[in-house]
Amino acid sequence: MSDRKQDKRSTESDAADRVKLNRGLAQMLKGGVIMDVTTPEQARIAEDAGACAVMALERIPADIRAAGGVARMSDPALIRKIQETVSVPVMAKCRIGHFVEAQVLEALEIDYIDESEVLTPADDVYHIDKSAFRVPFVCGARDLGEALRRIAEGAAMLRTKGEPGTGDVVQAVRHMRKLNSELKRILTIRSDELYEEAKRLQVPIDSLEEIRALGRLPVVNFAAGGIATPADAALMMQLGAEGVFVGSGIFKSGDPARRAAAIVKSVANYQDAKLIASLSAGLGEAMVGINAQEIQLIMEERGK
Amino acid sequence: MSGETRRKKRIGVLAVQGAFAEHEAAFARLGAECFEIRQGSDVQACDALVLPGGESTTQGKLMRELGIFEGLKALVDSGTPTFATCAGLILLAEKIVGEERAWFGTTPIVARRNAYGRQLGSFNACLTFEGVGEVAGTFIRAPQIESIGKGAEVLAQIDDRPVAVRFRNQWALAFHPELGVDDRIAKAFLESF
Repeated sequence: MSDRKQDKRSTESDAADRVKLNRGLAQMLKGGVIMDVTTPEQARIAEDAGACAVMALERIPADIRAAGGVARMSDPALIRKIQETVSVPVMAKCRIGHFVEAQVLEALEIDYIDESEVLTPADDVYHIDKSAFRVPFVCGARDLGEALRRIAEGAAMLRTKGEPGTGDVVQAVRHMRKLNSELKRILTIRSDELYEEAKRLQVPIDSLEEIRALGRLPVVNFAAGGIATPADAALMMQLGAEGVFVGSGIFKSGDPARRAAAIVKSVANYQDAKLIASLSAGLGEAMVGINAQEIQLIMEERGK
Repeated sequence: MSGETRRKKRIGVLAVQGAFAEHEAAFARLGAECFEIRQGSDVQACDALVLPGGESTTQGKLMRELGIFEGLKALVDSGTPTFATCAGLILLAEKIVGEERAWFGTTPIVARRNAYGRQLGSFNACLTFEGVGEVAGTFIRAPQIESIGKGAEVLAQIDDRPVAVRFRNQWALAFHPELGVDDRIAKAFLESF
């Protein structure tokens, strides 16, 4: 660790600096695969397979589903071990609204906090005021309204919610399509219609003006939730995802190292069906998965 | 504007992972034409190469496994002007502290990955860039250039430590000019060949 005081930095990190740096880190992750890992060994496998970051978890979403009960932030000792094992960025999840778990993760110098619906929400009204932190946050969103509310709260990166731990990609597809079609609509309507749209989407008017000025979302948007195969990952990329989170899909499959490497290559070449065909061949069993309609616990409903 | 139509410069951008789209947008603004290198068959002779920011381990591994590595290294070796930022600097470095292997190893610098620590150590800084002037530098989990070898010229530094170097026509920057809208460094690179 460098001694920060020694560096003469003419623009000492103020809030605007952190926004740029934190959104910028997400830009560096683009075109990559972020993998859920529960042990240092899995973290090593993920990094060797080409993961651009890892998400340190005690249990992957499929096991959280199976175990039931309250799912919380991971043990800091586990997070530390994973940080010591890999050189790629390490992310970790905190419960929606649990700003003290977020403070703890910041104290651990985590690279990104996922305020995640996969864990049991700690607050059923308020999300964390993410702008109060120096460390970046990624949040899930099912549509443009959720996306812009999270950005207004300070999220530096987005992901679809999907339906975690199912191996069923249908919700991630729905969320990505919905967000992008709503985004296109905002970019094309008359400016005097924006006020009504802001009301309908329940977002600040400034957020809509910002995306119209940029012609896109101000932060990077990944796909997440139910991605289990190289083809799933490429599907999400072709639908406009800028990268992919894979949770249970890797370490619940027959040959995690091979599947992980295949998904990474598939994301890098998401338009090359021939390559995806060869990457998909003989990968062994995919996670068995559960149909999103058969599940009791709907995680995507958490945090709106 | 002169009447003659000058051929657009063609730039190959390593696009297996990272912030390659930002570089493409910057060079497009400057009138160059970019193509993406995602697999071995994409590697072809061109006017310049871009090695973008991202995760160097991911990029390096994908280059090897997708048949890009040898061809791209040959292009850099044979003198194709190369513009590398952050992870790209790691790919060019002759030696990486704590690691046995380098990637291309074509630029005589010793680089230390994530030298400023984790994301909380990321920072913005004003610096003076050779031939360009004052620029804002965005350092994200940035590498440090520990030392430079013969023939490498310092283009920018912070506290006497180089943060950008040029060796022949390989430009290696520890920061990310592509993240803003200030294209002056990319322009200087484009005008250097």
